[in-house]
Amino acid sequence: MTTCLPVATKPVRRPGVTTVLRHAGIVAITAYCLAPFYWMTVSAFRRPTDQFSLSVLPHQWSVANFMAVFKPDVGFQRALFNSLMVAGSTTALTLLLGTLCAYALARLNFRFKNLAAAAIIATSMFPGISLVVPLLRIFTDIGWINTYQAMIVPSLSFALPLTVWNLTAFFRQLPAELEEAAMIDGCTRGQAFRKVILPLAAPGVFTTAILVFITAWNEFIIALSMVNKKDMQTATVAVSRFTGAHGFDQPYGTQMAAGVLVTVPLVLAVLIFQRRIVAGLTAGGVK
Amino acid sequence: MRESLYRQAEGIDANGFVIQDERFVGLDNYRDVFTGQQADLFWNAFDNTTFFTFTTVAIEIILGLAMALVMHRAMRGRALVRAAILVPWAIPTAVSALLWRWIFDADGVANALLGRQILWTADGPAAKAAVIISDTWKTAPFIGLLVLAGLQLIPKELYEAAHVDGAGPWRQFRAITLPMIRPVLVVAVLFRMLDVLRMFDLPYVLIGNQKHSVETLSMLAFNEAGNLRYGPAAAFSTLLFCYVVLVAFVFVKLLGAEVIGQAATRRVRHRRRSAARRSRKTATT
Repeated sequence: MTTCLPVATKPVRRPGVTTVLRHAGIVAITAYCLAPFYWMTVSAFRRPTDQFSLSVLPHQWSVANFMAVFKPDVGFQRALFNSLMVAGSTTALTLLLGTLCAYALARLNFRFKNLAAAAIIATSMFPGISLVVPLLRIFTDIGWINTYQAMIVPSLSFALPLTVWNLTAFFRQLPAELEEAAMIDGCTRGQAFRKVILPLAAPGVFTTAILVFITAWNEFIIALSMVNKKDMQTATVAVSRFTGAHGFDQPYGTQMAAGVLVTVPLVLAVLIFQRRIVAGLTAGGVK
Repeated sequence: MRESLYRQAEGIDANGFVIQDERFVGLDNYRDVFTGQQADLFWNAFDNTTFFTFTTVAIEIILGLAMALVMHRAMRGRALVRAAILVPWAIPTAVSALLWRWIFDADGVANALLGRQILWTADGPAAKAAVIISDTWKTAPFIGLLVLAGLQLIPKELYEAAHVDGAGPWRQFRAITLPMIRPVLVVAVLFRMLDVLRMFDLPYVLIGNQKHSVETLSMLAFNEAGNLRYGPAAAFSTLLFCYVVLVAFVFVKLLGAEVIGQAATRRVRHRRRSAARRSRKTATT
């Protein structure tokens, strides 16, 4: 104990300069991360007439930009709905397939298991653009252009590896004795999985669901290439396509308002599930 | 799992298929890329991709490391910072590109703060800088998060021992912190490099399509596909894929595969295999 004392007292010895520096660092990081986002939000609330004003707060708060986003001819509601459909079904499908697959990889022994795992990882590294060209051909042939499944199915290809990777790590942490005990008590392996493992894995599955949903919601290149009809666009594509009423001017106010609308659900999710998201993200990276 | 296996097989088959199905040209698409009329476009996009990869990853790692060190020591306000740090990560890239486009507008806040008139989003070096800045903003916090997780795994006793042995802060950082978080750093760098190599939506939305100074390989392939020239598009994206494989492979070889662990070596081995398969396929067609 006594040998520890000098070390333990060290931070107390000179709290002045270092604490101030640390606090300054914290403030700097927060500002760095939030300032652009803040600027977007503030710009969205300006009146269109003083859009280029540089004041820190709008002179006069206005929701004109948001009204412009929701004008019927913009069809932004539809885009938000599309995004929700695509991201939602992607999440549901990946969880369904991914949970089973991750469980199999974590627990069962079968031939080519390592190969299967490697293939899954390799798929996640595939550049999105390499998928676009062949998929455009295939989807044109089978008439899938401008459909939801044309966006959902390719999204699975990057969402599945993420899911499987995260969940495999999670299932490995659960002790195998749990299922053994359940199987001794007369469960089949399927029942053991359903009745014992799934309830225990719920937090991990939930974390993965958030991560997959956010990635699917943010997807851009596939949604941009597979769809050319306006009422099938997802929100990210719709935002980037906003054009001004008068030819080439950039409707920044409207764009910022739309950006805020697309981002707010994500930021809320981040704030609420912060701890889980951090755990999920770092689990993939540290291991 | 079966789904993802199929998907990949689909991609590879279709790539070969695309080239076969058109009038048979053999390796002409590839020859055009390297020496023909598209060589300029290709090498420019190649240079841009490489440039972006190295600059952004280097800046992001340094910033992320600094952030992680600050956060690691902080007691109060940690939850706040962690929430703040997730915001750039959660914003869709397309939206963040728009947001920076607004900031970098000729009459925007960046020029006002700098007191200069820089045409950030026109074609030119400033556009490159704009892409780098916005990409760094979006991903440096994420790296900070990863590194922070690594820092928290270092046992306190190591620092105490070093302190007793009389090592200063800088020495402690170099002798303990850096070696201990090396695995995390290597994974972060690898993931980020692979990500930037296929960067598409950020320059596409921030600066625009077909802008010489920021065109990446992904954008080039996208343009070709958009103009229904599937052959060259497939050639560009196949080359991009090979480039990604090559970078990952060299990286893992240089920095030691053992630190990334089994998964990564398996991954590289597999990718090497699939690359070999692919080159065999293209050679036979």
